[in-house]
Amino acid sequence: MSQATLRIQKISAHSGSIPGENTQREFAVAKLIDTTTCIGCKACEVACVEWNDLPFSPTTFDNTLQTMPETRWNYWNLILFNEHEKDDGSLMWLMRKNQCMHCAEPGCLEACPSDGAIVQYTNGIVDFQQDKCIGCGYCITGCPFNIPKFNKETKRVYKCTLCSDRVTQGLEPACIKSCPTGCLHFGSKDDMLGLAQARAKQLRDHYGFADAGVYDPPGVGGTGVIYVLHDAKQPELYGGLPKDPHVPMMVRLWKGPLKWLGNVAMVGGVIGLFVHYLRFGPKDRDVEMKEPHEGAEP
Amino acid sequence: MSAHADQILPHGRVLRYPFVERANHWIAAFSYIYLLLTGLAFWSPALFWLAAVLGGGQLSRTLHPWVGLFFFYAVMRMYGYWAPQMRATAVDEQWWKSIGNYIQNEDDKMPPAGRYNAGQKALFWSFFYAAILLLLTGMVLWFPEWIPWNLRWVRYISVFLHPVTALFTIANFLIHIYMSVFAERGAFGSVIRGDVSLEFAKRYHPGWYEEITSRSANPRK
Repeated sequence: MSQATLRIQKISAHSGSIPGENTQREFAVAKLIDTTTCIGCKACEVACVEWNDLPFSPTTFDNTLQTMPETRWNYWNLILFNEHEKDDGSLMWLMRKNQCMHCAEPGCLEACPSDGAIVQYTNGIVDFQQDKCIGCGYCITGCPFNIPKFNKETKRVYKCTLCSDRVTQGLEPACIKSCPTGCLHFGSKDDMLGLAQARAKQLRDHYGFADAGVYDPPGVGGTGVIYVLHDAKQPELYGGLPKDPHVPMMVRLWKGPLKWLGNVAMVGGVIGLFVHYLRFGPKDRDVEMKEPHEGAEP
Repeated sequence: MSAHADQILPHGRVLRYPFVERANHWIAAFSYIYLLLTGLAFWSPALFWLAAVLGGGQLSRTLHPWVGLFFFYAVMRMYGYWAPQMRATAVDEQWWKSIGNYIQNEDDKMPPAGRYNAGQKALFWSFFYAAILLLLTGMVLWFPEWIPWNLRWVRYISVFLHPVTALFTIANFLIHIYMSVFAERGAFGSVIRGDVSLEFAKRYHPGWYEEITSRSANPRK
């Protein structure tokens, strides 16, 4: 990987152009998660907590192998388990490593009101800059994957960084490093897509998974984390992976048409009132004109 | 003993707003202005510097909801003071039909408004209902992490409705400032010192003028 991966291409709530945008060509990176070879060992969960030096988070037992119900501000990487009974009565153990998807069109970044609190690097990594985070939680609402998590103590929001610190140094993310089965891969988005497609074809042709496919949802412009699924037609089975994720419509309406309408209305309103005053003046102008030195008092 | 509302004062003046109503108005006004400035900072990247001027984005995010509670409290107090006088009357319909005359400062052609004209009543009810809506949506935005994932639509609605309602209040706010500071001279003083001239009452609120002058010996309260 290139050393220059922390060059920025998108900045949250930034007025004006983005410094250094398009000055350097760089390929997008991606993490490939092959759910069909995941054994649910949770080495990636531990590696994530270790590398990112996250404080202890108590686990909750719910009669499955899952560590806790959902990711937390200090637990960015969580394998979701689902015992799925197929139509023929056979059982499938579905395991999906869940973390930030690093969307090409990130809803968190779109919703964020704080300049530079969320950035997207030229390599596609979406990263939170907690020093600029104001803790409003708009990113929580903007995210279609339920990833950003609020810390009540620091009043900031946290999530997976795709180990941007490691990636800039030419290393793969910590989770990839720890995976014992090789179900996790890291590389350029193009390479990972090629690998994923080949694996999906293998599953279709040789393993009897007729609906095997790659999850790279176009609704968010594609993601920096892609999955190979046994059944790409039912991603919901994998711990509620949304079938067709989008930045919520209300967020897009708010940040798009409403912002324009609101700005035009506010500026137009002020101009309109000023012009009204120029044209008609105050209401007791007649008195003033009759008795210029006495005003409206009787 | 302090003066009561509608009391005729010496030198041809009448008390329009007693102290508590004036004080409450300024609680609402100052809290609204803070909410407006910090809200605009969150609204547009081009205005985010407002948050920096007011002590930083984090502080603005922390205080905005608390100040919002003050604003809501003040608006509810206003409801207590003024709601009975803000009910629609027959003359209001006539007033809206003559809005063109009102805009062109032809006040002599307006139907006789009472203590409040129909426009002021509309402003009052706009702020009243907007404050409720802003409180409800604002509570969701205050604690987004408390809304479970399967109720996320509540967040989606709030994140849209809060700025829509705020924009609606901004329209009302601009008109309110314009009318009271620039258009109707004497109105601003009434919410500072409390009284207006009888001439003011007669010009802008003929119905009210009739009322207070005809029964000035028997005060309202």
